[in-house]
This record gives sequence, structure tokens and C-alpha cells, in this order.
Amino acid sequence: MTAVTPDTGHGTGHDTDLGQLAAAFDAAVAADERVEPRDWMPEEYRATLVRQMAQHAHSEIIGMQPEANWITRAPSLRRKAILMAKVQDEAGHGLYLYSAAETLGTSRDELLDKLHAGKQKYSSIFNYPTLTWADVGAIGWLVDGAAITNQVPICRCSYGPYARAMVRICKEESFHQRQGFELLMALSQGTEAQHAMAQDAVDRWWWPSLMMFGPPDDASSHSAQSMAWRIKRHSNDELRQRFVDIAVPQAESLGLTLPDPDLKWNEERGHHDFGAIDWAEFWDVLKGNGPCNAERIGRRRAAHEEGAWVREAAAAYADKQAAKDNGQTEEARV
Amino acid sequence: MTGTDTTRDTTRDIPAAAALALGDDALILSHRLGEWAGHAPVLEEEVALANIALDLLGQARVLLSLTGDEDELAFLREERSFRNLQLVEQPNGDFAHTIARQLFFSLYQHELYGELALGDGPFAPLAAKAVKETAYHRDHAEQWTLRLGDGTPESRARMRAALDALWRYTGEMFQPVEGLGDLDWAALEARWLAAVTALLERAGLALPEGPRTGAWAAGAGRQGLHTEPFGRLLAEMQHLHRSHPGASW
Ligand SMILES: [Fe+2]
Ligand SMILES: [Fe+2]
Repeated sequence: MTAVTPDTGHGTGHDTDLGQLAAAFDAAVAADERVEPRDWMPEEYRATLVRQMAQHAHSEIIGMQPEANWITRAPSLRRKAILMAKVQDEAGHGLYLYSAAETLGTSRDELLDKLHAGKQKYSSIFNYPTLTWADVGAIGWLVDGAAITNQVPICRCSYGPYARAMVRICKEESFHQRQGFELLMALSQGTEAQHAMAQDAVDRWWWPSLMMFGPPDDASSHSAQSMAWRIKRHSNDELRQRFVDIAVPQAESLGLTLPDPDLKWNEERGHHDFGAIDWAEFWDVLKGNGPCNAERIGRRRAAHEEGAWVREAAAAYADKQAAKDNGQTEEARV
Repeated sequence: MTGTDTTRDTTRDIPAAAALALGDDALILSHRLGEWAGHAPVLEEEVALANIALDLLGQARVLLSLTGDEDELAFLREERSFRNLQLVEQPNGDFAHTIARQLFFSLYQHELYGELALGDGPFAPLAAKAVKETAYHRDHAEQWTLRLGDGTPESRARMRAALDALWRYTGEMFQPVEGLGDLDWAALEARWLAAVTALLERAGLALPEGPRTGAWAAGAGRQGLHTEPFGRLLAEMQHLHRSHPGASW
């Protein structure tokens, strides 16, 4: 979006410049132009993006934990390979997103410190436990599925680096979703015990998955401005509805039921109606009272602290190598 | 081990004992590396360790499938039937222990697969592909050995402790594996030792002293004698599969 690249050569008349920049920014965003790191942007826009990308990156790396919980117990070598690759993908997503956030001048270290200090959030869904193998399938199908519904529109986000990271990420998330679905299918069509395991997992993950879209529109604090800035393109409730409409026929083909007696097709609306979400649970988990909040952040902090000596060693080694290289250049000059 | 006749699949001429030995090494080390998921010191290492674990798991699946059903072999054998080196079953310890284990094993595996890839034996196709993977594993371990050895006083002390602790499991690697043809194991060992010596010198670390085998006879893992942590590894790895006899996943 070169139209809004500030002309740093002419620094006079600050207020008018700022007004013009802001107007040009709004116009460019409204015209669906991409904002790039060197472009001028309102501080609030920058802060909103950093907050959202950080939360997204944190979710990717915290989200590794509930599934990594089953790597060592995967019941076949094929499933083990798929699961390891999936957890690895999530680490990769974290890397892309922290890099994208760095283009806005915030380092990964800063963001991780905030996560560890409890000052930034990650998706609450990962505060639920993975109790059986079927949970790995339910997460792939429902949680990655909900993530895709949320994230596909972000591929058209106004901020270029975020949008491009999301294109890569969404491709991989759709693999995860299909693999989760396929895992559940194998269980659903397997032995009685396997079928029951799959049903139990879907029963436990369904409602938390619906909560992944965030509070209902009338209680969502950041939505309107994010929509105007083309960071967000659909409301929470719209996306939630879209997800339900996709999931219902998929559950049917899995031969599994969804734990909502009020779920039924509404001919008039052209959508499925569904029951009331327990928002008290949502806010409670968000506040830190979910089943695994303490474990997830505790484990993240422990990995970070236990790895401190490794990062220090790598930094010290890099410094020594750089000094050696400089020394050699100096020698060559003499 | 019973005689060659029972461990040799004559239909495809695959020496079962060798497929199990190499396959179990890869399977068990992959499992240990999988335990790092979510615990790595830096995000890049989550990706790197998973890469190596996935390569090894891929090798294990090919090797085990040469001699039977991969899942039956992985999940239904008892501890005494596993043929992996004791080195690969050793717990992860701190990052230095994991790197020391990687260093010793990946140098070994790289030399071994390099040899096997040259021949026209039954393992040559697998080895030709795997040797590219093991080159990456070796580079990864070497880079970290240099960083930790020549990083901070703490990292150097940890790396030295790790090398010392695992040294006694390295002798076993060069006990001839039945079915791998007429490999020159002594030459393999000499090349391995030279590579380790040269790298540790670059890292400013001394070559560990002491014996390269423990009180068990050399080659114990290859004969199905393992260390205490291995039983717990198998308990975790096999539990779910064994809980649902005959189920498919
Ligand atoms: Fe992801
Ligand atoms: Fe995913």
C-alpha cells in the first residue's frame, strides 16, 4: 500500500500530515488495499494487530500441549506419525505468527514474556484436557475446524504479513481437520469401545468448540473497529453459525451425535438452530478457572525456564563466532 | 536369539534380525524425541526435534514392515524381544543429554547407512534414502555440540556431563549385527571414533574417559537385554494398543 508510505523528507506541519495520513489509510483499507510493515498506520491499528497476532501465536504453541499429550501413546505407528507431524505444524504456525508480529516491531521474546506473565491470552479451548485417544480426533475435527472457519477470512486481512501467514496456516489446518475426521471415523466404525470413546470425546469438545468464536456479538468489545479496519470480516455469531452448519452433516456421516437437543434445521433461516451456550463457563475458563489453565501455562513457563541455559549458550556461541569472524576480517585488512 | 533359519524371511531374503535391530533403534529413538514435544528450549527446536523423530519413525516403519506387521512388532512385543541399542532408550535428560545421544547415534547411523547404501544388500534402497536424513541429524547434533561446548560455562559443564554419562552405551553400537553382510565393523568404529574425537576437540570438550560398555556384556540391547527406563517407555507406548486387542485405528 505505497499510497500511505510516509514521505519522511517533509517533516513540517505535523498535525495536517497526520490527518492526511489517517485519511489516506482509512481510504486504502476501505478499498481493500494491503497494509505493509513500512506503511504508516494508526497506533491503535498496530496495537490491535499485535494483540491479535500474539494471542494467535500463543494459541498455536499452547495448543501443542493437549495433543502432544498423546504422542507417546498413539495406538498405531501411522497415527503416531500423523500426530507428531501435526504438533510440529502447530509449532511452525507459532513461528510464522511470531515472525509476522515482529514486522510490527514486537519481538518474540517480548510476546513470550507477556504470555508467561499472564498478560496475554491464548485460546481458551486449550484449557480443556485430552482424556482419551479420541480427543486427538475431536480436536482435529472440531477445534482445527473451528479455527479454519475463524481464520479463512483472515487470509484477506488488511495487514499483509498476517494475511500471508494465514494462507499457509489455513492449508495445513485443513489437513489437520481431515485427519481428525478420519481418526474419528475409524473409531466410530471400530469396536463398541472405540465408538463410545469417539462419542464421549465429541460430547466433551462440542460446546467448548462453539465458544472458540468468542462472546456473542452484543458482548464483543473489539469487533466493530476490527471490522472497519478489515482485520475481522465477519461477526463472532456469523462465524459460529457457519461452523455449526458445516459440522452437523459431518457428525451425521461420522455416525456420531452432537450433544445438543435443540439442534435442528431451520428451513426459514436456512441455518441450523442450536441451544444456548453456557457463557458462564466461557468467562470462567477465560478468567483462569478452566480444568487445565494452570497446567498449560505452567508447562510453557517450565519449558522456557529450563531452556534458558540453552538459549544463553547459543547466544554466547554466536557472539564468539561473530567476534572471530570480525577478527579474521581485521587480520585480512592488515 | 535362535538360529538364522527362524529369523530369516526367505521369501524376500530379508534378514529379520537386522531389520529388527535397525528398526527398533529408529522406533525407540523416535519415541524418545517425541517426548520433547512442547518441552523444547526454543520453538525452532520443537520443529527440528520433531523432524528428526519423524524421519526415524519413517525408517522404523519401513524396516519393521520388511519383517512383519509394523504395529504388531511395535506394540505387542515384550521388552526382551526388542533389539535396539541401550543408547537410544536412555531417557531424554536435559537438552545436553538429548544432544549427546543424538551425536553418538546419528554419527553411527550415518556411517552405517553410508556403508549399506553402497552395497547391493536388501537394505541398500532404504539406506540410500536414510543416509540423506542422517546427514541432517548429524549436522543438527554437531551444531548443538559446538554451541553447548563453546557456549557458556554452564552449557559446557552440562554437555560434558552428558557425554560422560552416555559414553558407556557407545561400545555396543559396533557389535556386528547378524544379517548385515560382511561389514567391516572395526573400520566403522574407527571412523566413528575419529569423527567424535575431531568434533569434541572443535567444541573444546575432552573425549570422555572410561569404558565404552557397561557391566552388561557388550551388545546387550541387540540381545534383548535393556535398561530399567525401557520397561516404562514400552508400558506407555503399548498401553492403548494392547487395551483394545484386535482393534484397528
Ligand atoms: Fe495451527
Ligand atoms: Fe492445526
